[in-house]
Order: sequence, then C-alpha cells, then structure tokens
Amino acid sequence: MMVVPNITADAFRHFAPVASDWPGNEWWHWLVFTVIIIVFILVMVIIFIYLERRIIAWFAARIGPNRTGPFGVFQNIAAALKLLLKEGVNPTNADILIFWLAPIVVFAPVIAVFAVVPFQDGALLKDLNIGILFVIAISSISTIGVFMAGWSSGNKYSMLGAMRMIAAVVSYEIPVVLALAGVVMLAGSLSLNDIVVAQERVPFILLQPLGFLLLFVGGCAEINRSPFDLMEADSELVAGFHTEYSGIKWAMFFLGEFGEMVVMATLIATLFLGGWQGPGLPPWLWLLIKIFIVDFVMIWTRATLPRVRIDQLMALAWKFMFPLALVNLIVTAIQVLAWPDALPLYVIPINWVITVMLVLLGSKLFKLGWGRVEV
Amino acid sequence: MTTSLLTTEVAKQINEHLPGAVVETTDAAILVNGNSLLDVADFFKNTAGLDFDYLTTITAVDYYQYFEVIYLFVSMEHNHSLVVKARCSRENPSLPSLVSLWRSADHQEREIYDLMGITFEGHPNMKRIVLWPEFQGHPLRKDYL
Amino acid sequence: MQLRTEPFVLNIGPVHPSTHGVFRMRATLDGEVVVDLEPVFGYLHRGIEKLAEERTYSGVIPLTDRLDYVASITNNLAYVLAVEKLAGITVPERAEYIRVITSEMQRIAAHLVSVGSFLNDAGAYFTPFLYMYRERENIVDLFDMLCGQRLLYSYMRIGGVSQDLPDEFLPALRKFIPHMRSRINEYDWLLKENEILLARAKGVGILPRETAISIGASGPVLRGCGVKWDLRKADPYSIYDRFEFDIPTGIQGDCYDRYRVRVEEMRQSLRILEQAVEQIPAGEIRGDVPQLVRPPAGEAYAHVEGPTGEVGFHVVSDGSIAPYRCHIRAPSLMNLTALKDMIVGWKVQDLILIFGSFAITMGEVDR
Repeated sequence: MMVVPNITADAFRHFAPVASDWPGNEWWHWLVFTVIIIVFILVMVIIFIYLERRIIAWFAARIGPNRTGPFGVFQNIAAALKLLLKEGVNPTNADILIFWLAPIVVFAPVIAVFAVVPFQDGALLKDLNIGILFVIAISSISTIGVFMAGWSSGNKYSMLGAMRMIAAVVSYEIPVVLALAGVVMLAGSLSLNDIVVAQERVPFILLQPLGFLLLFVGGCAEINRSPFDLMEADSELVAGFHTEYSGIKWAMFFLGEFGEMVVMATLIATLFLGGWQGPGLPPWLWLLIKIFIVDFVMIWTRATLPRVRIDQLMALAWKFMFPLALVNLIVTAIQVLAWPDALPLYVIPINWVITVMLVLLGSKLFKLGWGRVEV
Repeated sequence: MTTSLLTTEVAKQINEHLPGAVVETTDAAILVNGNSLLDVADFFKNTAGLDFDYLTTITAVDYYQYFEVIYLFVSMEHNHSLVVKARCSRENPSLPSLVSLWRSADHQEREIYDLMGITFEGHPNMKRIVLWPEFQGHPLRKDYL
Repeated sequence: MQLRTEPFVLNIGPVHPSTHGVFRMRATLDGEVVVDLEPVFGYLHRGIEKLAEERTYSGVIPLTDRLDYVASITNNLAYVLAVEKLAGITVPERAEYIRVITSEMQRIAAHLVSVGSFLNDAGAYFTPFLYMYRERENIVDLFDMLCGQRLLYSYMRIGGVSQDLPDEFLPALRKFIPHMRSRINEYDWLLKENEILLARAKGVGILPRETAISIGASGPVLRGCGVKWDLRKADPYSIYDRFEFDIPTGIQGDCYDRYRVRVEEMRQSLRILEQAVEQIPAGEIRGDVPQLVRPPAGEAYAHVEGPTGEVGFHVVSDGSIAPYRCHIRAPSLMNLTALKDMIVGWKVQDLILIFGSFAITMGEVDR
C-alpha cells in the first residue's frame, strides 16, 4: 500500500530545523526562502489585484474582468505582460536618475519585510529577535521612494501627492507603532514567530481590540487605501505621485502598492488574528485565509467610503488615534504587570468595554478644525 | 405666474425720476438711452415696488445699423418681470456694464463682448470668454462670414 | 514659528477626470490651500447660437440637444416653447402631458448623474456613480422605447412631440416609479448620514443667499441656498400648474445642501410623474403646424426649469424660415460666476468637491 505523504505541510515543516544541518549551512535555507518569498509576493499581488477588481465590481453592481481565462483569472497576467512591453516614457522635466530609482525603492522593502513573517512555526527566512522593529523600519523606506517619485516627476500633481503621502505616513506611524507596542507587551517578544506562538490560547484581537482597530485604520492610511487614499486620489490628483510613470516602472509601483497591502494584511493576520494558528487545516493555509479576510475588509472600505480631506486625515491621527493609542498602551501595561504569567480570560470583556467607551468618548471629543483658511 | 409689468407705467416712473432716459416704449419692452442705462438699472434695483433683484438674461442682436442689447429683469420678491432694451451704434459699440449691480452680468457681458463685439464700460474683466484671445472678429455679427 | 511658503499655479483641466468635460481652472495654491482661481471656458464652444441662425426653426431642435447633453429633453422643451410663443401655436393636451412626463424623467436622469458624479468627486470609488447609472439606465430604456434614442432625443416638435407613446410605455413607467422611489430611499440610507460625506460636504463651499440671487444662480444651486424659486411654480409653463409637488430647499447653501436638494427633487419628480400618468388623456400629439414654421417678426423669451437651472431661449424672428437670432440662457454658465468666491480659502480637494456640486455640463457652458 502506498503512503501519500502530505508534501506541502512536510516541506514547510522541515525547512527550518533541517536547513542548518545541510551542507553549506544556512545558505540553502536562505536561498529557498528568498525564492519562496518573492514568488509568494508576486502570486499574492496578482491574486489581490484580481480579487480587488472582482470584489469592487461586485460591490459596484457590475461584472469586472471575466474574459481572459476562466472567470477572468488571467486578466492580470495579461496586464502584466502588456506593461512589460510598453514604452517607458520619461517626462522632459524629470530628474531621470531619481525617476528610475524610485519604483525600486518603493518595491524592495515590501519583499524585505517578509523575511521575518512566519508561515508556520519556525518556517521563515530569519527569526529576528527584533522582528517588529525590522518590519516598521523597513516598510517606512517605501515612503522615501514615493517622495522620490513625486519630486523627480517634475509634475505638480505628483508633488502634491508625495507631500500628502509623507504627512500621512509620518503621522500615522505613531499610533501604529503604539498599537504594536501593546502586542509586544502581551507576547513579551519582538519576534513575529514568538508573537504567533503566544496567541495559542486566544488571538490578540480579543485581548487588544483597540490596538487592532488602530493598526487597521493606521495601516490603511499608511498604504493609502480608501478612505485615506488622498495621496493618489484619482478624482483629484489623477493618481498622484505616479502620474508620470508608465510601462514597467508604473508596474513596479503597482506591485509595491499591492505588496504593501499584502504586508499589512499579513501583519494584521500575524499580530492580531493568530497568524498560522488554527485547528484542522495546515498552518500556512490558515495564514492565507486570514490574509484574505483582512484583504476583503480593506476592499470593502474602498468600495463604500468617500475620501477624507487632508486636514481631516491629520486630525484623525493626532487628535483621535494618538491619545487612544497611548491609553491603550497604559491599560495593557497595567494588565501585564497585574497578571505577569498569563492574562486571565475575563480580561477580554474588560478590554472590549474599555475599547467601546474610549471610541465613543474619543468621537464625542473629536473636533475637526479649520476647514477654510482666510487668504 | 411671473407677470410682465406694464411698460407704460414703468416708463412713466422712470421719466419722473430720470427725465430723458426712456427713448421709446412698446408693449413688450422699454427702450432706454444707452448712456443712462446704468442709472435706470440702479433705479430698477433699488426702488420699492420694482425691486428687480434678479437679472435673468442679456441678449445682443445685430440689426445691421445698430446693436440692440436686451435685458430681462425679474423680481423674486414680487414675481414680476420687465424687458429693457438699449441700443448702441456699430461704429462705437459700447454700453455701461451692470456688473456692479448684478453679478450675473459678468459672464454674459463677456460673452456678448466676445461674440458680438460690444464693449461694456466698467466691467472688471472685459476679456474674451469662449474664444481664444488672439481670435479676430466677432462671430455672431451678421457680417461675420 | 512661521514657515515661508511660496504660491504656485496648478492647472486643473481641461483634461482632468473631475472637470465634468473640458473645463479648465487655473488655481494658485499655497500648499494645499487655494488662494486664487481663474476659470477658463471655451474648450467646447461650437457656436450653436450662430449655427441656429442658418437653420430652419425645427432644424434647431437637434442643436439644442447638444447643450446640456445629460438633459436634452428640457433643452428641447425650452426652445419649442419659445418658438410656439413667438408663432402663437397651441399644443394639444396629450402632448403637454407627454412633455411633462418626459421632462420629469429627464430631471431624474440628470440628477442621478449629478449626484453620482458628485459622490465620485468626493472620492467614493465609482460605487455610487455606477449605482446611479444603473437607475438611469431604466430611464434611458424608457426613452429608447419612446423615440429610439438614448442620449440626444430631439423628441420635442414645434406644436407637440415627434411621436405618440408606444403601448408598452405607460405600464413600464408605472412599474418604474415605485422601483425608483425605493432605490432613492436605499441610497439615502447609505449616504445621507455617512460620516465622511458629512465631514467633507457640510459647511463646505457656502454660497450666501444674496450672492446666489445676484449671480443669477438657478436650479438646485439657488434652492440649496434656501431660496424657494422654481419656475415650475413661479412661472408655470406647459401644464405644471395642474400638479401637486413641493419645492425642496437647502439651509445654508453648502455642497451638502445642493446634494440634498437634488435627491429631494427626484422624489418630487416621481410625484409629478405619478399624477401625470394617471391624468394623461387620449388625443392628438401634435397641433396643425406647417413643416416650415414662419413666425411673424418679433421676439420671444421662454424658459423652463431644467435640472441645472433656468434654461431659457430668446428667439428673434424676422419673418423668414430661420431664426434671426437665438440666444441661449445657460444656467451652468451663470452658476459658475461665483466659483472663485466659493473656492478661495478651501483646499484642492474641496475645490474638486465644490465644483462637482454644481453639476455643470460643459456643452451648456461653452455652447
């Protein structure tokens, strides 16, 4: 009788422990995981774009791409091929070197972030003990790429979009990092793998509902998803910082953008939804399912909400999310000090009540100022 | 229903206030002297009982010998209307501008200037509106081919 | 600390997704804030007033379609009313009812486009826009049934309308009215209290009541400022005095009020449609009008309440078969007079929103 091995699960399980014993030490492990990560991102981006188009079409009472292949699944592959073959246009006023570098600077950090994301217990490129710090630091580099693109295009629309992007990312980084700090406290580690392991009993979304909300909203703002997509508002700035890009350079921006979405969805799934933890199904499948759930919610907001204004975007970050993130941090710190070993389960309702009260209080006190400026 | 005011009665009122302003009165319209157009308009806007607060439309017609500019005033308060006309010669096509009284004259006078070539004195921005600045001629004139 | 900033000029349009055609605005910005604005017109100027002088009276009707091309029926109506007034032609009763029905259908269709594109300018990524277009499609299908056209109908004729209602038209319209009403309620439920929409549109782009009257604003822009002025009530043309409906008005004249007025007007149009469908008599659809109309020398001005405002035609006749002069009062052009006052001081995003709340059509502004 033939035994059919569970190839996928086994393959993932054995990479991390075995790799260091192989000839060439960890180099095999690194090579294999680098390839896996790059393929993973590219495939995920294509799936994300496909889902985005189909789901938005579904929300907007239309059909969406459905001609290329079954259900239009090859539409994005066709689009990618088209973009590869397209002429790259350089604007006359462009600063060519920066203009060419910008898409790379945007896209490279997206891949680098995945080095510390675990697909399974121990199945990751490198289990850095400063994992979250690495993610925050590397993912912020993309912003520089955006600013390079906006500046070098020689286009005022691009410049406006890039300036908005900088303002948004600088503001939203603070509540996002503070929200992450709560998770770090609960898990007692910066390593993403340890954080996932720490969620064996309960996913942190139950313990940290406020932190989850802050990360989700702040994350949407950082990767300019609607309703915070005013950096590339199609109805105002006509795509903002990448107005002047075409062909493969534009495709890199597109990849970078959806790559950031994959990163954010993965980060939320890993930190709050329990990452690869889950009953029954193989762990990597659990991670994928959670990523797609987060992705769906992001598409949902994009399909339904209008765009906020730049001063409202700033006000939300500084007047609403920042104080809430601080309170969340303090509450978490007290809880972690009070129950040093493991939080008891009745903390969950307490935290939910605190979250609801804080959000209600915050929205009562939240004032938008200065809509109009006297000139 | 917007009632058209009796032109003869309004003309009498104008004559009491501004003698010599009315040139001719027909059933449909009052023809006023181009030079006193602004005064008449001011009278229309600020006289109790007339209170024309709404300048609906301005039209210019080329009658070969002269241009006729037709103003339609409406009072939202009393819901009545009145048509006033003014003429200017082909050699010196110019009339006073009503922008200072009704801002709705702004784009309409610019348009008449652009297409008919009548200059409105006192308009703050007397430039072509639909055609480009270098354009020669005024297309709505009957002799423009 | 005061940072030094330097104003720069941003050219918005003529080719821009949110200029509703080929409008151009030269905006001087200080950072995000608009400090000066100069509207530039004329990219769609086709000289319709001049073209009208070269055609017979009925030959002008297709030209009027191309003014406000999202509301061609009301343009047709304003023109034929002016010619009928000039020539003293009476219209059969059934034709009057058909005119009212088509005008109100057209108003709903045009308001759907306006509201949809306004929300699109607010940044709701095409979802409301396509929902509105889905509903508009029903109306366009009805028009297709009526005259075989979907955009530029040329349906009105001097002395009546071009053809009678087909048998299946009225049942289809009866079915459409409750459907549309429930859809409007559904969209209100989704959008009316939307927190972001309120934050973006309430108090933004205020047009004071006095300014609105002074600039000759009309339609939802005027009524959004709280002025109860609707030509269907103020100067009832056709047979509008026979129907019962209200004039919705706004409170302070901001973008939100203009949006609300449009939505409420759609409800009122449905009310008119309901009454008209019940009352419509049988009979002739066109009076005894010769092919070549020769009105006596003279002039006439007729106006209707179009979706954007007061559409007026001033027709001068010299007794020949072609109008001597045909002036068009374009509501969109007049509404834009105070554009600069409303936008200066707001941000680029508000500029797009305020401009979108006018719902202009360039075909009408430039003519």
